[in-house]
Amino acid sequence: MKTFPKGGVHPPENKIASGAGIETFALPKSVVIPVAQHIGAPATVIVQKNDLVKVGQIIAQSSGFVSANIHSPVSGKVTKVDNFLDTSGYKRKAIAIEVEGDEWIDSIDQSEQLVTDISLSADEIVARTLEMGIVGLGGATFPSHVKLSIPKGKKAEVLLINGIECEPYLTSDHRMMLEKGEQVMVGVQILMKALGVDHAFIGIEKNKPDAIIHLTKLTADFPGIKVISLKVKYPQGGEKQLIKAIVDREVPSGGLPIDVGAVVHNVGTAFAVYEAVQKNKPLIERIVTITGKNVKKPANFRVRLGTPVADLVEACGGVPDNTGKIINGGPMMGKALANLDVPVTKGTSGLVLVPEPESRRKPVMNCIRCGKCTQVCPMGLEPYLLMTYAELKRFDDLERDQVLDCIECGSCSYTCPANRPLLDYIRLGKNNVSQIIRSRNKK
Amino acid sequence: MSATKLITVSPSPHNYGDESVSKIMYRVIWALVPAFAVSLVFFGVGALIVTAIAITSCVAFEYLIAKYIIKSKPTVWDGSAILTGLLLAFNVPSNLPIWIIILGSLVAIGIGKMSFGGLGKNPFNPALVGRVFLLISFPVQMTSWPKAVEARWAYLDATTGATPLGLLKEGLMNGKPLSELMDQIPEYSQLFLGNMGGSLGEISALALILGGAYLLWKKIITWHIPVSVLGTVVAFTGIMWLVNPDQYIDPAFHLLSGGMLLGAIYMATDMVSSPMTPKGQIIFGVGIGVLTCVIRLFGAYPEGVSFAILIMNAFVPLLDKYIKPKRFGEVKK
Ligand code: SF4
Ligand code: SF4
Repeated sequence: MKTFPKGGVHPPENKIASGAGIETFALPKSVVIPVAQHIGAPATVIVQKNDLVKVGQIIAQSSGFVSANIHSPVSGKVTKVDNFLDTSGYKRKAIAIEVEGDEWIDSIDQSEQLVTDISLSADEIVARTLEMGIVGLGGATFPSHVKLSIPKGKKAEVLLINGIECEPYLTSDHRMMLEKGEQVMVGVQILMKALGVDHAFIGIEKNKPDAIIHLTKLTADFPGIKVISLKVKYPQGGEKQLIKAIVDREVPSGGLPIDVGAVVHNVGTAFAVYEAVQKNKPLIERIVTITGKNVKKPANFRVRLGTPVADLVEACGGVPDNTGKIINGGPMMGKALANLDVPVTKGTSGLVLVPEPESRRKPVMNCIRCGKCTQVCPMGLEPYLLMTYAELKRFDDLERDQVLDCIECGSCSYTCPANRPLLDYIRLGKNNVSQIIRSRNKK
Repeated sequence: MSATKLITVSPSPHNYGDESVSKIMYRVIWALVPAFAVSLVFFGVGALIVTAIAITSCVAFEYLIAKYIIKSKPTVWDGSAILTGLLLAFNVPSNLPIWIIILGSLVAIGIGKMSFGGLGKNPFNPALVGRVFLLISFPVQMTSWPKAVEARWAYLDATTGATPLGLLKEGLMNGKPLSELMDQIPEYSQLFLGNMGGSLGEISALALILGGAYLLWKKIITWHIPVSVLGTVVAFTGIMWLVNPDQYIDPAFHLLSGGMLLGAIYMATDMVSSPMTPKGQIIFGVGIGVLTCVIRLFGAYPEGVSFAILIMNAFVPLLDKYIKPKRFGEVKK
């Protein structure tokens, strides 16, 4: 069974919501749409207070190559363009819309009819993903058109589709593969056409046998696509680990997947690309998992962006009494929320409600040099050493020992028997080193 | 949700494995139980007294030093002081007077561990620091070996004799041929079970291997150190034996005698004082193997495992500095 060779951990999977079919979530009363919900430059607002908007209408425009358009997920009236609290924990610019009815712009094909013929050319596909505001839906929210625009001198050889969902608890990609398999397959073919590659691999961990069987069956109708079942190991969904696991190539330190001829997209993104290209539908909704050990009714919702996450939690039976932490994303890489009055954005893959006893860290002890952090680091780093350097502010040593290669997977902190906050310090070190490098390059 | 509910906000990861320092320590202690049981069978009362005193005094010294000298919160229940006491006891004869054991514990914990800052900071294996201190300071008491079985009901008054290694060394030094000495050495099957004189925890190869297998299974240790130490010893003594079988004894004897297995499986693998990377661990292990053989075959002491480990402990920072794990996506130069 294939997997990436170096490091990795296997946290309890806790995929309690995996049996819950995707439910379309009710239209909210009002939405808040942040203009920065992707990696890159925030979009520029092009609507004003009191404007009437329709579903799918563009309300904020991409403001650079690495940026993305934002469309209204609802119809109604713009009530405010102001700073709102979002999932990042900061107040940032956003557009508030009061929902009235559900009126879509005419160009969107709202039918459920599967369209398999791809009429657009490669360049048109890239332009369409840009126009429709498609970003990576695995959590990183990197604008998809950027990944589809191959820089000069490089060549895409293989497309990898990430169906790993290696984070514990989260199940939105799993449900997507089971319920929207055909659309995902067409989406993959669209991506292949855009990149000019002949084959694509969909990587799925073997803890989702139903998805593996279902998509493998579908490959009969979609030549060039192969489903690869992988051993369950975190962080296999990391781009570099996935590429290593499936095609055995190592992205060089500081490099990008395209340096080894690979492009990676998430299954959710493939679905969004399908809708954008075949249905003319912008990215206005996504699948969000609401789960946790004490959540009454864990669910996977298809939600309009901008919906308050509190509404979703309410629909699952509310916040359980003993909840001690609410994570936006999975427990390994997600961010703890301070407040539920924040909107669902393009990057919201799920919410995990953690019971109080599990939400606290254990007391920190001295490093016993057990070497486990080094063993589990998928990037071949020495977390114990990086933490010490960061504590001592030895930034030159941090840079030399490649702190910037850290993918912040958290495997080291997860494993440490002395409960050392390795990743906290490594993050600090990374920030410092990036700053130093930036100012050095300016000179 | 109620507006006043308090929730924790902290950076990722939010999920933690169930490993802990004390779990690791107690597992090593469990792994040593079979060897302790064997020592009770062969050395009886003495083994019990020595072990109890060593453990109690190590725990007590750690507590007192932490509380009154370093003025930090004592963490004696993490199991590491118990382990140091147990290992110290395993490395001394079962007829050692109580006051010497207490002194050895003080050196092991006070100098070997706490003077460097306590758990995780000690460059040398604390139990071995204690042991070597005792060996140098009390060479007579530390090398009078109670006879297995015969000493079962005795402590200080146990009848003593030489260890197989000691017999060999003395005989060879006095110019006796190896063939004559072989008759005095117990059968290898007896050595394997532990029926010989020696430090109280080192005698039974069987029990030590059993515990070692448990540690490997629980992933407390990896194969790198034990295999490289033992492999080197087999290679080194094997070559000497093949070249001159009249003068040098076979490798199996070296593996089964003295502190070889206890050292390779439990002392050299001490996490705190061994290298981090597998490659570093192999170099470390080979170094221990070579040094042990040099001392055993050419040195004045019959046994050299403890010295070899302590010497190699000193190289660990160097090994960790220059031997790095293979980075992902290393750019080939
Ligand atoms: S150092 Fe970074 S890449 Fe390595 S395990 Fe820790 S978080 Fe993951
Ligand atoms: S896992 Fe923790 S205790 Fe072990 S070496 Fe790393 S930092 Fe030290």
